[in-house]
Amino acid sequence: MIRGKNLLALKDLSRREIWEIIDQARTFREVLDRPIPIVPALRGKTILLLFFEPSTRTQISFNIAAKRLSADVVTFSASSSSVLKGETLLDTARNIEVMRVDGVVLRHSAPGSAQFLADRLTAFVVNAGDGCHEHPTQGLLDIYTMLEHHESLEDKVVLIVGDIKHSRVARSNIWGLTKLGAEVVVCGPPTLLPAEVEKMGVRVASNIDEALPDADVVYVLRIQKERQTSGLFPSVQEYRELYGLTKARARRLKKKVLLMHPGPINRGVEIDPEVADGPRSVILDQAKNGVAVRMSVLYLLAGG
Amino acid sequence: MDKKEIRLAIDRIASEIIEKNRASRNITLIGIIRRGNILAKRLAKAITKKAKISPLVGSIDITLYRDDLQLVAESPVIHSSNIPFDINKKIVILVDDVLFTGRTIRSALDEIIDYGRPRCVQLAVLIDRGHRELPIQANFVGKIVPTARDEIVNVYLKEFDGRDEVEIVKTR
Repeated sequence: MIRGKNLLALKDLSRREIWEIIDQARTFREVLDRPIPIVPALRGKTILLLFFEPSTRTQISFNIAAKRLSADVVTFSASSSSVLKGETLLDTARNIEVMRVDGVVLRHSAPGSAQFLADRLTAFVVNAGDGCHEHPTQGLLDIYTMLEHHESLEDKVVLIVGDIKHSRVARSNIWGLTKLGAEVVVCGPPTLLPAEVEKMGVRVASNIDEALPDADVVYVLRIQKERQTSGLFPSVQEYRELYGLTKARARRLKKKVLLMHPGPINRGVEIDPEVADGPRSVILDQAKNGVAVRMSVLYLLAGG
Repeated sequence: MDKKEIRLAIDRIASEIIEKNRASRNITLIGIIRRGNILAKRLAKAITKKAKISPLVGSIDITLYRDDLQLVAESPVIHSSNIPFDINKKIVILVDDVLFTGRTIRSALDEIIDYGRPRCVQLAVLIDRGHRELPIQANFVGKIVPTARDEIVNVYLKEFDGRDEVEIVKTR
C-alpha cells in the first residue's frame, strides 16, 4: 500500500511501492482492452481535476482513467496568467473540502503546491506536475513502458537528454529509475543541468555522441522554446546540432533501444520526425500506458 | 472432503454440464480467481474426456466489481481477468469453489455482462454452504454443506495449495 493518502513525488516512494503501482497497472491495462473498458471500482467517488497550468494529455489521461473506474470527474482549468498561488490555492482547498470531493489531481506552476494542498485536505491528492519539482505519474508511466520491454531495470542504462534543470519529468524519472536500480545518465546544455545533479545518483555525459551507443533507453525531453529567450541556450538550430536526436545520431544506437518522449514533441528540434515515428519509438505506448498507471494510482489511493 | 471426494464431485459436475447442455460446442468455462479458476480448468479436462468437446476456459477477478470495495480499509490487490474468447452467444459456466452469500456471483455476473451477451450463464460450485444474501442459486453443486454463519470453509487445491482438501473451521 502506498504510505499515506497522496502521491506527491517519486522521491518519497519506496521501491516496493513503485512496484505495487506498476503491478496493479498491469491489471488495469487488461481492463482497457475489454469490450466495455470500464469497471465499477470507484463508483460514487468524485475526483476533481484542478489544472492551473495548461495541459492536454495529462488532463485527458487522468480524466479517462477516472472515468474507466466509474468515478465522477469534475474539471477545473484556470489560465496560467491568473495569480493563483498561496491564499487563492488555500481558498480553493477550502471550497473543495466542503463540496465532498474524494480526490484532487493538481497541476500547478508552483513547486510544492501539491504538498501544500495535501496538508490541508482530507481528500487524497495526486501531483500532476508542480512547477519544476515532480510529475510522479509521468515517471511511473515511463517506468511501466520500459518494463514492458525489460523484466527488470537493474543496471539498464537510461540516458535523459535535454533541459534537466526545469524538468519535473526528468526529476520524477531520476528518482524512480534509480530506486529500481537503473543507471541514469543525463546530458544537456550545462546551463540546463541542475547544480550538483550527481547527488541525485546520476552520471553526467558531456557529449551525447559518446553516451548514445551504451543506452538501453533514450529519453528525450521537450525543449521549452521560452528558455532560449532567457538566454539559456543560443538557438534552436544549435540545440538540435548539439543535443537533438537526429536521424544521423539514431544510427549509433543499440538495436533494441527504446526511444521515449513525454510530449508534446518539437519535431525536428529535440528529435527528428523519422526517429520519433520510427520502429524503436515507444512514445505512443507511453500515452496508452499512462491511463492504466493513473487508474492504478487512483484505485490505490481511493481505497477505503 | 478429501482428494477422492473432490475428484468424484468434479467428475459428476462435468457429466451434468454435458447432459444439461447436450454436449454443445458452445460450452465455455469461466473460473473466479483464484480457486474457481483452478476448478474450471479441471472441469474442462473432465468434460473433454467424457464428451470429445474442448470447452474454452477463462478466468475473472471480481475485486473491482465488489459491492463492499468502498468499505474495506485498503484497496485489495487485483489480478488480471483473462477471457481470451468472444462470449457472445456462448454457454458460460461460471465456476467457483464455495457459494456463500452470493455476492461474489453477483459481481461476476456484472463483469461477464461487460464482456458481452452470452446465450446463458450457469453456475457450478464445489461447495454450497448456504446463508445466501441474494437470490442466487447454483445449477451444479459438488456438495451441500450446512454450516453456521460464523464458520469458515477452506478449500485447498493442489495447483495452488499443494493438496486437495475441504475443511470447515469453527471461529469460536
